[in-house]
Amino acid sequence: MLNRISTYFYQRPKLVLAIFLTPPLLYMVVVYLGSLFSLLINSFFAIDDFTGMVIREFTLKTYLQIFTPANREIFMRTATMAFLVTIVDALIAFPLAYYIAKFASPKLKTWLLIAVTIPLWSSYLVRVYAWKLILAKEGILSWFINLFHLTGALDWLLSLPGIGGSSLSLSPIGMFIVFVYIWLPYMIIPIQTALERVPGSLLEASSDLGAKPSQTFRTVILPLAFPGVVAGSIFTFSLTLGDFIVPLTLGNSKFFIGQAVYSYQGTGGNIPLAAAMTMGPVVIMVVYLLIARRLGAFDAL
Amino acid sequence: MPSSSSSTRPRATWGLTLAALGTLLFLHVPMWIIFLYTLTPDETTYTFPLPGFTTKWFGVALQRADLWRALTLSFQVASIATVAALILGTLAAAAVYRSNFFGRESISFLLVLPIALPGIVTGIALRTAIGGLDIPFSFWTIVIGHATFCVVVVYNNVLARFRRTSATMIEASMDLGANSFQTFRYVVLPNIATALLAGGMLAFALSFDEVIVTTFTAGQQTTLPIWIFSQLSRPRDRPVTNVVATIVILITFLPIFFAQKISADASDTEGETK
Amino acid sequence: MNNPSAPAIRFEKVSRHFGDVKAVDQVDLEIGDGEFFSMLGPSGSGKTTCLRMIAGFDRPTSGSIHLYGKEVSSLPPYDRDVNTVFQDYALFPHMNVGDNIAYGLMVKKVAKEERQKRVDEMLELVQLSGFAGRKPSQLSGGQRQRVALARALINHPKVLLLDEPLGALDLKLRQQMQIELKSIQKRVGITFIFVTHDQEEAITMSDRIAVFSQGRIEQIGSPSDIYERPASAFVAGFVGTSNLVSGEVAKRIIGSDQTFSIRPEKIRLGSANDKPAADMLSLDGIIRDVVYLGLYTRYLVEVDGSVDLVVIEQNLKTTSMDVLSAKGQKVRLSWHKDHMSRLGG
Repeated sequence: MLNRISTYFYQRPKLVLAIFLTPPLLYMVVVYLGSLFSLLINSFFAIDDFTGMVIREFTLKTYLQIFTPANREIFMRTATMAFLVTIVDALIAFPLAYYIAKFASPKLKTWLLIAVTIPLWSSYLVRVYAWKLILAKEGILSWFINLFHLTGALDWLLSLPGIGGSSLSLSPIGMFIVFVYIWLPYMIIPIQTALERVPGSLLEASSDLGAKPSQTFRTVILPLAFPGVVAGSIFTFSLTLGDFIVPLTLGNSKFFIGQAVYSYQGTGGNIPLAAAMTMGPVVIMVVYLLIARRLGAFDAL
Repeated sequence: MPSSSSSTRPRATWGLTLAALGTLLFLHVPMWIIFLYTLTPDETTYTFPLPGFTTKWFGVALQRADLWRALTLSFQVASIATVAALILGTLAAAAVYRSNFFGRESISFLLVLPIALPGIVTGIALRTAIGGLDIPFSFWTIVIGHATFCVVVVYNNVLARFRRTSATMIEASMDLGANSFQTFRYVVLPNIATALLAGGMLAFALSFDEVIVTTFTAGQQTTLPIWIFSQLSRPRDRPVTNVVATIVILITFLPIFFAQKISADASDTEGETK
Repeated sequence: MNNPSAPAIRFEKVSRHFGDVKAVDQVDLEIGDGEFFSMLGPSGSGKTTCLRMIAGFDRPTSGSIHLYGKEVSSLPPYDRDVNTVFQDYALFPHMNVGDNIAYGLMVKKVAKEERQKRVDEMLELVQLSGFAGRKPSQLSGGQRQRVALARALINHPKVLLLDEPLGALDLKLRQQMQIELKSIQKRVGITFIFVTHDQEEAITMSDRIAVFSQGRIEQIGSPSDIYERPASAFVAGFVGTSNLVSGEVAKRIIGSDQTFSIRPEKIRLGSANDKPAADMLSLDGIIRDVVYLGLYTRYLVEVDGSVDLVVIEQNLKTTSMDVLSAKGQKVRLSWHKDHMSRLGG
């Protein structure tokens, strides 16, 4: 009996393919793409200013609200943060990625990769929470700063307008540190992958041709690692752009995109504005992905 | 990996080694600090050095019914989302592996989209859709949300394993008289089992920790991450939060660790069997 | 349904197209019971596709395949009395050698004791007794090869298909396995269909050979037929090396301007004033190039100022010094007229 069912399917490979493909495709298209589509639709609705109800009629009114100075500032602030986080993550990630790819023994490499991926998968929330403890006014970092008599420098830093705050745990500087920490593994892995693909013979060829180690590094390793940096930046940039946990936890009244979306739809109840607001990160990411593909970053993913 | 490479492998400079070590510590030390703080007797601040040591907060946390409810809910959500992801992800991987149909690339792209786009996009999109259809927010809306981004984890793991497995093995099995079902049971399943395990464990960890999408798809339900999140912005139970954070690290650490170990071992033995 | 007097395999106008590519094009073929049959050709010539259609991994676009008189074209692999030894062996890495070999019996639900007995027999046949507990990853290439063979033979198939099974082995081991395969085939007495791109391998082992090119069979025949009387320029060139003469030169030698082939080793190299015997053909030339190859020497001889003929002579007495000094000498080439075979005839 089973043999006959098996034969029936064996002779119809296209039917089998359809059976395999239908459930996941149906789920992703209906649930996920459907939701994205409804988000898009909602961004073209507007809210009635008096009743607070959503008017289901096509309008571009909501999109115009995005370009109010306050919202423009939110976009600028978020994009700047995402950009800086990406740059610093790339700088911090490189040495470790380079070490894992080119210097670690196979056994050490396995363990180092596990050590990098564990934070990547483990609780993002708990990792944010850890910094709440570390950055607290009375916390461990202040204690060390005090130990090295640097309290004055910290106070000066915190007094700077725009990036300062009452303490590290309530300031853009603190947010920056936490973002850098949280997304760092997403940068290490793609760079390591890209460097891994640089064949050892290429490095030997370079030094064989008379390049000093520093020249080899600049002319061979860095250009070849670049697609990895771009691939990693897709994550660090996108994740920073959409995050609202870190701003809510360590930020002040100056909103970031995620935070704004969260509060518009939550306390504000303005779903159309929240929807239009998220289209910002979506568009930025789509453009970013297109550029990244041009730069060959997808091979390093 | 050839062992001969160890002799030709260049040595890292001290600067590079130190920088690499520093990054590694930067990644891990903050989590250890939470462990330390579970022992503080201080209820209202994060004073360092700790004013003393106590283990009483573990007992206090164990007594909290709201925590147990949140923990149970997170377990249930993660379990069901993982099962859904295992089924959908494996089917998609099998389809993509089996045949060269038009639009293969789009499948991968569609599956990876929920984790490539910022979580808030997925979250608010689901919220508008669910709200627009007048479906009440519930346990199941959380699960549906989590499944969307867990599928890709299983898919990637299983597809990678399929690609490592010799394609002729399935043909060999049928050639020797096994029908499709027997081939699946005796050849395919044993070969992808560890990939399923790894993918499933990662999906579980991902769902168990998820907070961004969950805040948009949950109604009155409080998962463990949502409980922690409420403590982040308005800390009331600092010592208990420390204990909960520690528990979350421990619960997710083992599956993640084993999943990574399985994947690493699988790619190690690849060279031997070929 | 099965007819023991029918040929083991019969192809009737079998074609397999992949899009616009005609991988197999209108092939007719009969393979006899108990034959050691080789499908020889370059990669992409259609030989492997033919094998896969016999096994059931692929189905003909048109035409039909018969196994002992029974049409099997659309049967799945598990419903055909045919087993395969794969190029990459395709051993199951999660099973030990014993379980790999017993797989065919296991899925047919043969009792455990019976399985054990037959696995032991098979291990003995391929000289691997005592290896049942090992994992495939602990075996050498040659040993994996034998396990794959034992696993394919345990079901007592009517036909055994071998898809370039020796390709991954080194030369010494390959030569040893060639002899062993042949002797195993004699012992078990079943039809072997052997796919290879190695002409020497095909000639050593086969009862008959089919030479494939571009989805078609160029020639079917015994190894000596194929070698001595190639049917086309392709066969003459693919199986060994060959000198082709046609047009004016051919007319002058043999009085016909059709295309002929002469194997290099059939040509004798004599001094310019040698008198050929009555049944010999001859031609004058100049040695243009000499390659010393140890066992023999290859000469390139220019005849008629235009055509180059390759001549091979065994180094019976000569040394490398002797042969290399032959460059530029005038010579008279001669060969028996039976050795000049007309293509397509």
